[in-house]
Amino acid sequence: MFLKRLKLKTTSLLIIFLSLALIFNASAQDSDGAKQANASGSSAADPAIIDQGAALFKQNCTTCHAINDVVVGPALKDLHKRRQLPWIVSFVHNSTKVIASGDQYAVDLYNKYNKTQMTSFPTLTEAEISSIVEYIKAESNAAPVAAVVANSSTSPTVGDAKPANPYSDLTLILVVVVLVLVVIILIVFISVLRRYLKDKHTSLSEGDAYLVNQKYDIGGFFKSKGFITVISIIFVCWGARACWNNLFYVGVEQGYQPVQPIPFSHKLHAGQYKIDCNYCHTGVTKGKQANIPSLNICMNCHSQIKKGPQYGEAAIAKVVEAYNSNTPVKWVRIHNLPDLSYFNHAQHVKVGGLECTNCHGQIDTMEVVHQHAPLTMGWCINCHRETKVNGKDNAYYAKLLESHSQVSKKDLKVADIGGLECSKCHY
Amino acid sequence: MSGNNKKYWKGIEELSNDPTFVKNSLSEFPEFLSVKDARAEAEDESSNGRRDFLKLLGFSVTAASLAACDAPIKKIIPYVNKPEDVDPGIANWYASTYQNGGEYASILVKTREGRPIKIEGNPLSSITKGGTSARVQASVLSLYDTARLEYFKEKGQRISKESADSKIISELTAIQNAGGKIRIVSSSIYSPSTKSAILDFIAKYPNTQHIQYDAHSVSGLLKANQSVFDKHIVPSYDFSKANVIVSFGADFLGTWISPIEFSKQYATAKKLGKSKKTMVRHYQIETNLSLTGSNADTRLPIKPSQEGIFVAELYNKLAGTKISTPSLKNATLDKIANDLLANKGHSLVVSGSNDVNVQILINQINTLLNNYGHTLDINTPCNLYQGDDTSMFNFVQDAKSGNIGAVVFYNCNPIYDYPLSADLEAGLKKTNLTISLSDREDETASLCKFVCPDVHFLESWNDAEPKKGHFSLAQPTITPLFKDTRPAQESILAWAGVKKDFYSYIQNYWKQNILSGDFQSSWDKALHDGVYVSAATTTNNISEATSVTVTEDTTISNLDLNSVAENISKIYKADSTGIEINLYEKVGIGTGNQANNPWLQEFPDPISKATWDNYVTVSQKYAKEKSLEQGSMVSVTINGKSLDKSVPVVVQPGQTNETFSLAMGYGRTKAGKCGDGIGVNVFPAVTYRNGTLHYFSANVSIAATGEKGIIAQTQTHETIMARPIIQDSILSEYIKNPGAGRFHPMIMTPDGKKKPSEISVWSGEHIKPNHLWGMVIDLNSCTGCGACVVSCQAENNIPVVGKKEVSNRREMHWIRIDRYYSSNAEIPEKGVDKYFKKDEGSSYDDLEQASENPQVTFQPMMCQHCNHAPCETVCPVAATPHSSEGLNQMAYNRCIGTRYCANNCPYKVRRFNWFKYFDNSKFPDNTSMNNALGKMVLNPDVTVRSRGVMEKCSLCVQRIQEGKLTAKKEGRRPKDGEIRTACASACPSDAIVFGDMNDTESAIFTQLHLENKERAYHVLEEINVQPNISYLTKIRNV
Repeated sequence: MFLKRLKLKTTSLLIIFLSLALIFNASAQDSDGAKQANASGSSAADPAIIDQGAALFKQNCTTCHAINDVVVGPALKDLHKRRQLPWIVSFVHNSTKVIASGDQYAVDLYNKYNKTQMTSFPTLTEAEISSIVEYIKAESNAAPVAAVVANSSTSPTVGDAKPANPYSDLTLILVVVVLVLVVIILIVFISVLRRYLKDKHTSLSEGDAYLVNQKYDIGGFFKSKGFITVISIIFVCWGARACWNNLFYVGVEQGYQPVQPIPFSHKLHAGQYKIDCNYCHTGVTKGKQANIPSLNICMNCHSQIKKGPQYGEAAIAKVVEAYNSNTPVKWVRIHNLPDLSYFNHAQHVKVGGLECTNCHGQIDTMEVVHQHAPLTMGWCINCHRETKVNGKDNAYYAKLLESHSQVSKKDLKVADIGGLECSKCHY
Repeated sequence: MSGNNKKYWKGIEELSNDPTFVKNSLSEFPEFLSVKDARAEAEDESSNGRRDFLKLLGFSVTAASLAACDAPIKKIIPYVNKPEDVDPGIANWYASTYQNGGEYASILVKTREGRPIKIEGNPLSSITKGGTSARVQASVLSLYDTARLEYFKEKGQRISKESADSKIISELTAIQNAGGKIRIVSSSIYSPSTKSAILDFIAKYPNTQHIQYDAHSVSGLLKANQSVFDKHIVPSYDFSKANVIVSFGADFLGTWISPIEFSKQYATAKKLGKSKKTMVRHYQIETNLSLTGSNADTRLPIKPSQEGIFVAELYNKLAGTKISTPSLKNATLDKIANDLLANKGHSLVVSGSNDVNVQILINQINTLLNNYGHTLDINTPCNLYQGDDTSMFNFVQDAKSGNIGAVVFYNCNPIYDYPLSADLEAGLKKTNLTISLSDREDETASLCKFVCPDVHFLESWNDAEPKKGHFSLAQPTITPLFKDTRPAQESILAWAGVKKDFYSYIQNYWKQNILSGDFQSSWDKALHDGVYVSAATTTNNISEATSVTVTEDTTISNLDLNSVAENISKIYKADSTGIEINLYEKVGIGTGNQANNPWLQEFPDPISKATWDNYVTVSQKYAKEKSLEQGSMVSVTINGKSLDKSVPVVVQPGQTNETFSLAMGYGRTKAGKCGDGIGVNVFPAVTYRNGTLHYFSANVSIAATGEKGIIAQTQTHETIMARPIIQDSILSEYIKNPGAGRFHPMIMTPDGKKKPSEISVWSGEHIKPNHLWGMVIDLNSCTGCGACVVSCQAENNIPVVGKKEVSNRREMHWIRIDRYYSSNAEIPEKGVDKYFKKDEGSSYDDLEQASENPQVTFQPMMCQHCNHAPCETVCPVAATPHSSEGLNQMAYNRCIGTRYCANNCPYKVRRFNWFKYFDNSKFPDNTSMNNALGKMVLNPDVTVRSRGVMEKCSLCVQRIQEGKLTAKKEGRRPKDGEIRTACASACPSDAIVFGDMNDTESAIFTQLHLENKERAYHVLEEINVQPNISYLTKIRNV
């Protein structure tokens, strides 16, 4: 009876722990959600218009403008507070005309930004321009929050090389904690029980008394031959396994994050300014190499932008100086595929339709780029096994897809058309 | 490795830059500690030397292993200003022109990241039509030759271009003013702009004469045309239009005039199929078995001293009025005469002789046969050979007597390759100003006062007019590797006082003389295509005479055939008893100007299969009589002069009895590390007689030295031993049955006879849903020239192993050309059982013995990509599996080098890396992997294999992958012909057809299923390995 009670108690304890854990989890998610809502929900305008404006802004303006930063042209934050819509419309339609008309604000602007003329967009309608302004308005209001979020996570961490599910880790820890607690509780119960039996029940049978009075010689146990043998076998096995497993990671440089000669921030360029990867990495759809951009590509923008938000003028000055002195920048290579394997970007990006992030991770959040994927053969092969052949609108695959669909209902995977064969990558 | 580039550190020592760590990290191993010292100190209790030793050892080992774990920091360096048309990883192709002496090819150059790495033929060319040769293929490696001079030199000292120019100009002016003779000596120049530059030079220094000579001269042919047609030219030949070809010693498929062009034409004439059942008949009358002779349907071995009489006899058989020469009876010659008469206007008679009289008779024969205007075109001269032996001889005599004031050597090396080089050497000492424009300090340049190194043809602008009206442009594909070199033409222009770079000079020349219409657009097109054909052009190449029409009845009035007959009777004999020698050119080395190219040195001669040497070939009969063996060293004395080195003997079937042959182009002394001291120089044995050079002599003797030399041959077994590896037939049989000559093996089983394909240990067949790559090789078209061998070597980063390793049978070529001789032994009708019993007369020995004048068949052999591959099943680590596209793949990084696969390969096409051939000073001849300059030629898409791994033909999988990707990017299927292996694209006779056998539109499908279904066979069909490579039977027209 007593034992039954004990069991009940343990179960209820477990339940309490688990429910506590769940509550913690849920509240964590709630607070995330709240933050997101906070960030996006402070605008009063029609979301559809803002979306339209956002699209147009991205399409037409981002090459030269950003909300919070000076790019080629001025930062557009709080534009609606500075100028009226009609002025903006006429300036966007034909800035030269506005400047020529002697508009003081326009002339000042022109002089301030190195006499660079803004490209005219005569095709944008007034409604479209107004939607862009609405978008800017919305962004202006949201901007401070975004900036805070951005700042809080600027320091690069090697840890984000493994963006594993945080909940699985938490659950695991909780399970371990619960199990440890259960063990402690059981030990406590046993000792309590033993003491109870010793004190209250003196008329125990000989066998029971032996059990109750039994004393474990823990020291002796640890010194016993059997224990030492078992432990050493376990230890040797564990060591051997660890060695074996680690051998697979010799030369695997996942997370490799060297410091580059110029602190170029992908987070700023790709993340904040949303510059398309293709703009700089020009070879990615053409051939084997994606290409590290040559300095003339940097200078497309940096002939105007001399000051960055994070490293100020120093970093950009290095780019300009290298360009002017005709000395190439010696970047540190991060992704080093061994010479024995052939990899072609065009096959994966242009033909396969993969996103850059599939292999390079969230580049747009990396202040300093690190190697996201392990770049091991197992990793390559695994993807080839799981990935569907991207045969959409590609006559090369038309017949293959057709004949496959006749014999199988499953998707045609890369592995099915020779994606696992040696000489696809090794020759 | 500066600190800011490295984020990780591997120990506290490294972080704190501990001096010991730094010191030890620099040396890979700990310093040697004497065992004795350590023991002595250990005896002294106060010392702890042993501990120190162990500590140091432990620390060093740890440091070394940590250092080994850390991947080296690699830099990635983009352009500052990326040229718009250069993308790293993507090849750029430029049309250009290969010209080297008389050799010409219009080419496409593949460059990667600005480095030329491969040469292909230019299919737009009206002359070479996309064909190449071994030498053209190998020339890209010559660009990265470390023996090239990097700067101008005066008397061995470095000098700047400017001061060299000013010194040379002042000396030239002084010589001109003093009335001294100035000479420009060169090999044949067929670049109109270069000729124009030389004319500018002559205008500045009017005492100048331009002298052209060819190391292997065809001056006799030029002079014959001069006396017959009043044109000092080589005519255009068209072998494709001929039904009968008769060649007297002209190796037109290998070395004579324009072998690439002729191979293309010859292959057209030899093609067979459902739609074409006629074929050329080719007679070859020659001394040594040449590449052309081995392709002939009928071959007649003669002594060189008989050639004139044979030609005269043929003339007498064809002509009405006979000339008086010693008479000769030869059944083959009668047959030839009848064949020729039956094919008037569709025949071609050529001769490789450099004797004017012989060539005059050849002209007469072709006139009688009405070949001019049909297979011969005298009005479209071929400009490749213009060298005049007489003027060169006169120049050397002038120099010898000290009458020359200044001489400029351009693109030639007469001290090495001119027979009277001793006279010239004496003359150069008496000449005030000697200038060489050679790209290296060769035999001639090292005797010159000034050496103004030329750039390689891949680094410079140039143009060419190989044939009248057919122009060709050469453009630089790389900035000159050595800044202080200069194109020879610019040097000549600089001394002529023309301040112009050669590019604008060429442009200007083309604008004024060649192109018509809008200059820029036609220039751009010509540059893009690499070639330009113009109907009517003025050219300063050839002294233009009015066009001649030659018909059957044309008689040349001023020609005295009687004196020709007299001269022939003087030199030639119908029946000669003595021993004679003829000097010939090898397909690989040629006249030796690319002797420092290891690819060509290791290129097996198509006939003898020997590498890295020249040798005396003797007939089997003579060898038996004089008890000479393969490899016996002999010293050779020609015309009383003995050669400076003894040479090995090669017993050569097909060699005329009592004759020797020795190849020119060897025995260089100043070509560079690789080519120096290989073989013996035979140019001094060439004689000058009656105004031309003669390449044979009847005054010769050889004496065995008793030593035994090594001949590094890649094939030592010579005949096919009655096995159906080569399946051949004759034309008359083929017409009756297209499958004539095919061998259909049947295997006896308990259930009766079965086809091999019906018996297999494998159940089921792998499906090849996408592509099925394969090759069809037409044995009838393959001339055995070996362009594919070198092309494959360049494409696939194949190492050169050197003479010793070749003789150890460790050559690395992925494709080899097996050459089989026929045997006289008869194969009994009922199997080969008889051969097992030696006492019954015929035995295997007889089969192994090639006949005296054997038929020859060439068979390109590379990995057969078997669908039931024996190699795949024996690999313990699955390093060589089969792909779903029919390729037998080879994963180098997986191979552990058991060599089981090579042992189990029935075709013996696998190659094992016995050594590390790169970065290894023991293989200095492997220049493409052992120095920084040479490494630039490596194909970045192909792994350089390391020691201990197997390799073999991959069917150029890198090209297949590239071609597929191009198609995928454009959303289409690959077009047939878009993807070609290196061997197929190099082939000048289109013998190799590569393609997707699943594609019913492809050429390979057409060949296998429509045109030549009956002729196609697999080698060793009886073992049912089901190769993806098929061969078409060889058909002879006898």
